[in-house]
Amino acid sequence: MPLFERLYNFAHWLTQDRQEAEDLVQETYAKALKGFRSFQPGTNFRAWIYQILRNTFLTSRTGLKSAATVPLELESDQESLPAVNETPESILLQRSDRQLVQEALGQLPVPYREVLVLCEFEEMSYQEISATLAIPMGTVMSRLSRARRALRDAVQQLQGTE
Amino acid sequence: MACEPWTEKLDAYLDGEMPASEARALAEHLGGCAACAAEGLRRVQQKRAVQAAGQRFMPNPAFRARIQDSIAERRPFLWSLRWLPILATAAVVLLAGVLFLTLRGSQQQLISELVDQHVATLASANPVDVISTDRHTVKPWFAGKIPFTFNLPELQGSPFILVGGKVSYLGQSAGAELIFRVRQHQISVFIFQDRGPRDARENEAVRTALSFEVRTWHHNGLRYFVIGDASAQDLDKLSELIKAAG
Repeated sequence: MPLFERLYNFAHWLTQDRQEAEDLVQETYAKALKGFRSFQPGTNFRAWIYQILRNTFLTSRTGLKSAATVPLELESDQESLPAVNETPESILLQRSDRQLVQEALGQLPVPYREVLVLCEFEEMSYQEISATLAIPMGTVMSRLSRARRALRDAVQQLQGTE
Repeated sequence: MACEPWTEKLDAYLDGEMPASEARALAEHLGGCAACAAEGLRRVQQKRAVQAAGQRFMPNPAFRARIQDSIAERRPFLWSLRWLPILATAAVVLLAGVLFLTLRGSQQQLISELVDQHVATLASANPVDVISTDRHTVKPWFAGKIPFTFNLPELQGSPFILVGGKVSYLGQSAGAELIFRVRQHQISVFIFQDRGPRDARENEAVRTALSFEVRTWHHNGLRYFVIGDASAQDLDKLSELIKAAG
């Protein structure tokens, strides 16, 4: 089964629930098998199957709920870049462990979480992410930038509460 | 801030999405700017941290087995879909073959019946109901007796002589049986209404049944059968004359 473990991992990141992730993967495979004719040879299979999984997630109960709670300013370009003033001692994530990052990642809104997993873990190109999430390349870049900042903030917050 | 244009591009640089020329310029800047270098390092560390944290959830073996089973169940379905056009073609060919053999069988049966009628006519003491060598007598005689009309050929100058005719039946429908003589041979010409595709299948055929020569064709909604023990050439010649009469 191609990409099975990675698809499951991504599904679990999206749903944050084992049972829902399993249902999502199962439905993704069923849809992929059924709609295999719609896959155009020569195009990106990984982006195609991730797109099926993500679209299936978006129409699930959890997906609809997550879409409803996405802050309106998510795609806004008004947000300013943070000042670059960290010293080597304050460099974020330097001491953070894996669990802390996972927890922070889990707290992010789905659009941030998914774009980070696709870019950092799946190592998808901007073009693949654009195809998978059905958003323009420019949006991929701006969303990634905000997602990274949001992750850093979340990690900082978790470190502060420790 | 002088560094802002660079820090904005740091992500694309670290993600390997920056054109080579721009990437070289940014690398040069990072070499001389401590703040940007530190920010670059922080982002690289964050990337690595997310990369490591990204692999978090593993499917359990039972779920894997369930998915594998569901795919295996679907495979025969896909297999059958893939073979569907071939199976359909095979079915059509088979059906056409059965149909052809059935029709061929029924056509042979039809000819056998007519050969029997021809033999019965030869054996009969009253082989014809209207005795006349005049086609203008024979043709009107059939009027009202059969549900169609037909033309008889002009036989002058040919070796054929019209003996007469009688009403014949085939498959519960009335038709004409005309008797011609050529030398010592008698030839029966059966004319029936064409009964659609079954008969129309064999538009024109030359056959031999029980050593009798048989010619059959279809014209103007009528099916003609020429049966006799005369030579094949004689039957062909008579057939041509009848066809010419249309």
